[in-house]
Formats: sequence, C-alpha cells, structure tokens
Amino acid sequence: VSRVATASGTAATGRAAPVPARRRGPATARPGRRRHLPVARVTAIAAATVWLAVVLGPLYYMVLASLRSQGSYLTANPWLPAGGLSFGNYGTVFAAGLGRYLLNSVIVTAGCLVVTLLFSLAAAFRVVRNSTRGAAGSFRLLLIGLAIPIQAIIVPLYLLIYRAHLYDTLVALILAMSAAAIPVSVLIMTSFLRDIPQELIGAVLVDGGSEWTVFRRLIWPLARPVLATLAIYDGLNVWNNFILPLVLTQSSSVSVLPLGLTKFQGQYAINVPAVMAAVLLSVLPLVILFVLMRRQVMRSLGAIAVR
Amino acid sequence: VTAAGHLRPARRPDAGPAVRKRNAPAQRGLALADLLGLAPAVVLFGIFILVPLLGAVVLSFFRWNGLGSPHWAGGANWAQFAHDPIAGQSLAVTAKVVALSWVVQTPISLALGMFTAGRARYRSVYATLYVLPLLLSTAGIALMWEALLDPNFGGVTALSRSLHLGFLRQNWLGDAHLTLFVIVAIISWQFIPFHTLLYQMGRRQIPAVLYEAATLDGATGRQLFWRVTLPQLRYTIATSSTLMVVGALTYFDIIYIMTNGGPGYTTRVLSLDMYQAAFLQNEFGYASVLAVVLGVIGVGIALALVRFTGFGSMRSQQEGAT
Repeated sequence: VSRVATASGTAATGRAAPVPARRRGPATARPGRRRHLPVARVTAIAAATVWLAVVLGPLYYMVLASLRSQGSYLTANPWLPAGGLSFGNYGTVFAAGLGRYLLNSVIVTAGCLVVTLLFSLAAAFRVVRNSTRGAAGSFRLLLIGLAIPIQAIIVPLYLLIYRAHLYDTLVALILAMSAAAIPVSVLIMTSFLRDIPQELIGAVLVDGGSEWTVFRRLIWPLARPVLATLAIYDGLNVWNNFILPLVLTQSSSVSVLPLGLTKFQGQYAINVPAVMAAVLLSVLPLVILFVLMRRQVMRSLGAIAVR
Repeated sequence: VTAAGHLRPARRPDAGPAVRKRNAPAQRGLALADLLGLAPAVVLFGIFILVPLLGAVVLSFFRWNGLGSPHWAGGANWAQFAHDPIAGQSLAVTAKVVALSWVVQTPISLALGMFTAGRARYRSVYATLYVLPLLLSTAGIALMWEALLDPNFGGVTALSRSLHLGFLRQNWLGDAHLTLFVIVAIISWQFIPFHTLLYQMGRRQIPAVLYEAATLDGATGRQLFWRVTLPQLRYTIATSSTLMVVGALTYFDIIYIMTNGGPGYTTRVLSLDMYQAAFLQNEFGYASVLAVVLGVIGVGIALALVRFTGFGSMRSQQEGAT
C-alpha cells in the first residue's frame, strides 16, 4: 500500500501539468472496469435499480394520474392504466389560466438570463484583466454573495421592492433573481475566462485594439460555452424559484409557474389529475430542453462543482 | 481563435500586460472600462442583496408592523428571540433537518455517483434517468408527493392495498412522529440526484494511474475505495456537504407547501418561522432577528466547512492545474 502514497505524489505533479481541464484523455481513470466480483457487481446493479424505481415511480404515477378522469383516479388503482386515458386535464388547466403563468415564467427567465449573463460576463472580463484595484475589490465583494442565504435578506428585500413601487411586478422578480444569480455566475465565468492566455489579449492590444476590441473579438466568442452552461444553470434556478415570487408578487396576472401551481392546487385541491397535469406542463419546457441537449444540461447542473 | 488550444501554456502570473508603466490616458481608459464592466453587476448586487442584508441587521433593532414608521426597540427583539420557545423549537427542528439530510443523502449520493461514473453504456442510461427530479420545481415536487401521500386516495395507500403492506398505510403528513422524516425523505429525493452528479464528476477526475499502482500492489476493490477513491474525493465531499448543509438550513419551499410547519410545530423550521413572523404577523423587526440568525448560522457553517475541509486549498490547487 505504500506505493499508493508514491502514486498520489505522481498524480499531484501530474495535475500541475497544463492539461486542459474538462477533457478526459486516456490518462484518466476508467471506473467500473471488470475487477469486481460478479456478486459485487450484481449487488451494485440491483441497488442502482432500486433507486431508479424510487426516482421513476413517483414520476410515472404523476404522468398516469394526469391522464385519468377524476372519477377513475379515485375509484380504480391509480398505479394501473384504466378507465380511458385522455389529455382532457391538460385542456382544463390551460382554461384555468396556466398559460398566463407559463408566459410569466418565460418572461422572467428570459429577462433574468439576459441581465445575469451580460452583467456577469462584463464583470468577469474586468476581474480577469485585473487592471485596477477596483476590479479585485469588486470581485471580493461579489463573493460575499455566495455565502448569504436568500432567506436572510427576504424581509428587507420585500420592503425595498414595496417602497420602490415594484411590488407585484415581473420587473421586481427579474431584478431580484438576477442579483441573486450574479455572484455564482461571476465566479464560474471568471474561472473560465482565466484559462484564456494573456498572450492572446496582449496580441490584440499590441495591434492597437482597445479593451472593447478585446471583449468583442476575443472574450465574447470564447465565452460561448460558459454562457451556454450558465444559461442552463441559472435558467433552471430561476424557472423553479419559489420563495421570491411568493414574497414579491401576489396577483395571478404576475404569478410564475411554481407559485401558480400552488394557487392552482388551492382551487382544484380535490382534482388531483388536473393538478398533476399542471405540474407536468410546468416542467415540459425543461424536459424538451433536456431531451435535446442532455449532455450540456448534465454538465451545467454540475457547473457549481467545477467553479 | 483556433490557435487558442495550442497556445495554452501554464499561465505565468506576471504575464499580463496589465500593470507596468503606462501613461495617464491609458490608465484612465482602463479605469473607465472597469467602471463600465463592473458597475452593472456590483450595483444590482449591492441594491438587491447587500442593502437588504444590512437592512436586516438594522431592522432587528426596530419594532415595525410595516405601516407607519419603525420604532427603535434596542435589544427587545433579540431578548424576545432568546425567550421564544417557538424559535427554540424551530432551531431544533432545523438542526434535525440539516443533520438528517446530510446523513441520508451523503452515503446514497456517493454510492450512486460511483456507480454512474462507470463508462459502461447502461450506466450512462441510469445516470440520465437519475437526473430527472432536478428538472422539477420544488413546488411541483411538493404537489406530486402530496398526491402520493394522501392517506385516503394517495398512491402509497393504493400500493399498500394491492401489495398488502399494512405499514405503508400511514398519515404521512399528519403524524407528529413521522412527518419530519417524510420531509427529509422528500428533500433527499429531490437533491440526491444533484449530489450523485457531483460525485460522478469527482470520481471521473481521479487519475487512473492511482488505481493501476494500487492494483499492482495487490489492493482489493474495497481497499481501492477506502484508500484511493475516498481520499481523492475529499474536495468533492467538502463541496457536496457544504451545499447540502447550507441548503437544508434554508429549506423552505416543500415545508411551506406540504405541512406549513405542522403537525403542531414538528416541521416548523427557522426559515418558516421567519416567514410567518414577517408576512403573517407583520413583525418585521422580530422577523429580521430570525433572518440575521439564519444568515449568521449559514455563513458560519459554510466558513467552518471550508476551513475544516481545506476547500480553499482546493481552489488554489485547481488554479495551478489550469
């Protein structure tokens, strides 16, 4: 076992080599090779399948319930398809105003993404350029935000929004959610931009380019991948956020989906199939996104770990 | 731009054309660029996060029902907090939620992460399906579990009938001895997928040489896990634990929707207590005390975990690598 210690020493030096992160060459591990006993492997697969059932069971239940009539849901076994499945519940929830919530969610998410990504990219660019003392100071200030739970500020935030006459508006949600998303976005963006060689930036500047040229010609095109990652990561968080809409809005006309769902349940409490249909409709755009770009979404979800 | 991939030597810290002697107009240009680049993010963050943060501290010394003007209350709100049995209870419930969710989520996520890190095709299918709960909003998850756990018409009761499993017939959300565990289980259902993903990514970044060397020395599968995998994952464990603990500390959505703190006060966590103090009882000063407590505990735990696990050293290590 003493060799292990030596080996980790090699790995430490190996890590210092300028290997581009995120790309895995033949040098990295291939976990799960055929070393384990079949028994161990069978146990692992069995356990993994049990968890799969735990994950998929409730989702299956929800999909099935959304396709049934209220009567058959209450009388027949809800785990088995029976009693004429139909999409009628989906029509019901749209008629009950889910379309409005959907639209609000789209507006808020799009607004937040534009604000957050633009502001974070601009800030991260200046942090990486590190040309004045203000840049480093601003970065440290923004990092404070990583540790603050949103609950700790929600009461004064509500009062602030109320005083600013923004209470019960979509603008309030866009501003508050963008502000909340900025620290982690700047952090991820900065660690990405640091990988751009200073020589490239120097080359643009030597050619007589300005800071603006550097941003437009170099940073903007090179930042595409991290912008995509953050768009998914921040977008998912904003789409699903509950507490900020709960505290900052009230009317149905400005409800976003998560809040709308609970209002909906208030109205249709006994109509479980309709509530399930509403939940599924609220997640549908994300499922489509996931099906189209599975790898990108999974990488984005773990983005916070790569920071 | 394509050349960027080849031109990627280790970054020399002083390579930047940043400082060095520069004439005044250029310096002014840089200052202007910094102002334009940084101001939007900093101003937005300052107004909507930092100002409320300070506001919470200030408000905790005032009495205010939201109408009229606030009255200076000195330490009265804090004294009230110290003697408030409900706040004490909320702290205890919060501690339970934090501890239980860490204990439940960490081993399961770790095991699943090791499984999904495998390169076999079927494992990536498992990994893909495991991610699905992350797409749902907490509100959606809460409504789904409410339907499943309904004692009369819910899916779990239906399951107990068809499989003749009597113990599945419980008043899941109304039994004072049970509900907290149900809530923790649902939180775990929601977040284990995320932590599985973290462990999966962490496992894949462990260099293969470590395993090869250890195998040459005759290490068994179990020894490989305890002596190679686990030590190598320490930073992943630190990240995951920090997010888990701080996340559980501020857990609100599911509890607000499903139990609203009940039955009794058995699931009333601190963030729910604060919400009710502010928006139901209109005691903004007292709610701010609870908010400050929440913030201080959150930041404290995060800093402690960072220090304790050497999370900071990870960052410098990664910087060295890129």
